[in-house]
Amino acid sequence: MNDPVVEIRGLAKSYRRGGQIVPVLEALDLDIGAGDFIALMGPSGSGKSTLLNIIAGIDKPDRGTLRVNGTEIVRLREAELARWRAQHIGFIFQFYNLMPVLTAAENVELPLLLTPLGRGDRRRRAELALSMVGLADRMTHYPSELSGGQQQRVAIARAIITDPTLIVADEPTGDLDRVAAGEILDLMVRLNAEAGKTIIMVTHDQRAAERARSVVHLEKGMIRTETDAP
Amino acid sequence: MLLRLVIRNALRHKLRTVLTIVGLVVAVLAFGLLGTVVDAWYAGAEGASSTRLVTRNAVSLSFPLPITYREKIRRVDGVTAVSTANWFGGVYVSERNFFPQFAVAGETYFRLYPEYVVREDDMKAFLRDRKGAIVGRKLADTYGWKVGDIVPLRGTIYAGNWTFVVRGIYDGKDRKTDTSQFFFHWEYLNERVRQLFPRRADTVGVYVVGIDDPDRAAEISRTIDEQFRNSLAETLTETEKAFQLGFVSMTEAIVVAIRIVSYLVIFIIMAVMANTMAMSSRERSAEYATLKALGFGPGRVGALVFGESLAIALIGGAIGIAATFPVAARFGKAMGSLFPVFNVSEGTVLLQAACAVTVGVVAAIAPAIRAARVGIAEGLRAVG
Repeated sequence: MNDPVVEIRGLAKSYRRGGQIVPVLEALDLDIGAGDFIALMGPSGSGKSTLLNIIAGIDKPDRGTLRVNGTEIVRLREAELARWRAQHIGFIFQFYNLMPVLTAAENVELPLLLTPLGRGDRRRRAELALSMVGLADRMTHYPSELSGGQQQRVAIARAIITDPTLIVADEPTGDLDRVAAGEILDLMVRLNAEAGKTIIMVTHDQRAAERARSVVHLEKGMIRTETDAP
Repeated sequence: MLLRLVIRNALRHKLRTVLTIVGLVVAVLAFGLLGTVVDAWYAGAEGASSTRLVTRNAVSLSFPLPITYREKIRRVDGVTAVSTANWFGGVYVSERNFFPQFAVAGETYFRLYPEYVVREDDMKAFLRDRKGAIVGRKLADTYGWKVGDIVPLRGTIYAGNWTFVVRGIYDGKDRKTDTSQFFFHWEYLNERVRQLFPRRADTVGVYVVGIDDPDRAAEISRTIDEQFRNSLAETLTETEKAFQLGFVSMTEAIVVAIRIVSYLVIFIIMAVMANTMAMSSRERSAEYATLKALGFGPGRVGALVFGESLAIALIGGAIGIAATFPVAARFGKAMGSLFPVFNVSEGTVLLQAACAVTVGVVAAIAPAIRAARVGIAEGLRAVG
């Protein structure tokens, strides 16, 4: 493994449901190297999405440490965490989470509004990112005018536009048909192999997991196995 | 681009936004119209001059004063001119045609009221003709009167049929000037009264007193009233503004009611708008969560809601303000001489704008806080 970009030690998280405390993650240790493409798998309630959210800085653990690219993010306050996410994390969601009132280019440009870049630079980068995902001809299209696969490609362009340290993908193919899912996975593999992006992907889909470099199986909040994908 | 996002979000549910804007237009328009009604109520006091005093009978306005007081008042130090005015209360054709009619001491009266602009030739013709009348432009336009027309009035306070000849039409010096009045010679009135009701002859309703220094108004008023203390007709002298406000105070309750209603209208639209924004905010939880995940802080997310609310409020407010002018013009016309001066003031427009902004801001407070506080993980689960 390359130098770890994500170092997790003793991570624990529980939720309160109906007056009961339900443990989701228990004393979890995990290292993810720079340039890795990890698939997090496991049954529903195994804690994979919670782990992904904590790594991405959108949820907080109850205990444990989490260093991403050398930053102990658990200790960051909300505003610092927001800035940190803007710089270091690219998100790909199951349902794309695009702004329906913005065009593809505007959606991709959105994270750049938090940078000092001017309007022209932002637009040029958005066009480049959309070209990289094969949507150069769909810049002015609204999400409702795009297929699911195309929307997810816009979301990928949005995820990579700030050149983040880490790309986190929560069931990126979960809402797509087989062909579109294959295209999205091809794109993610390319991002990992050619652009060296570190990707953590939560999936239920064995075929999707097989495209990753390694697979981490979670069960009842603990890592059951870590295997290299075939 | 955030502005684009705000505007497009505002127009996302077109029907809902249009209905909210229509509500705002109606509310801002109603607020402006009611504010203009209140302004019209105070128009007489607003148009009052600081160099004019009004002397009336201390008992009540309905009791006259002897004409002999005129010379005594004129001799008071600081008084520059004295004129007289009697409320006539005549009926033109039918009771519905109400307009104020005053029998005045012609020459001095118009000298004391330079805001009533009369052509020199018309003034000369008026002064030459005992039955002559000077009428306001608005009044002349209402009844189609022209110079030379004969106007019959049926007396109520001064019974009998009276005829006048329009000798001039006065214009207002500015928009605040009341041009719905009818003036004729006190001498003509007094002549007929002397024949018909000799005991009521040689009396006037009020004296209009011109003074040289507004700062001495209180002192001159006291001096005038002092002269007639312990007489059969004691006087009460006050500034013209105080005199006019005395009329307004009789109807103060109506003015207060109008003001309350106007603010209630704004409060209601505020609640409607807050509901619209709350619905929008709830529907967009996932989008706000996405923005927060991408690194947008709670302040920026809250600002998007505020921006959207303000955009809707400003559009509604602007249309409402723009609509106030033609609607007020028609309303003022329909009210005839009830509101002789019915203009939308700058103050009313500013208040309308302030109300629209307040509605936009207040309506967005709760939804903006909700959007700013949306948990990212929870918000993202709201998708699909």
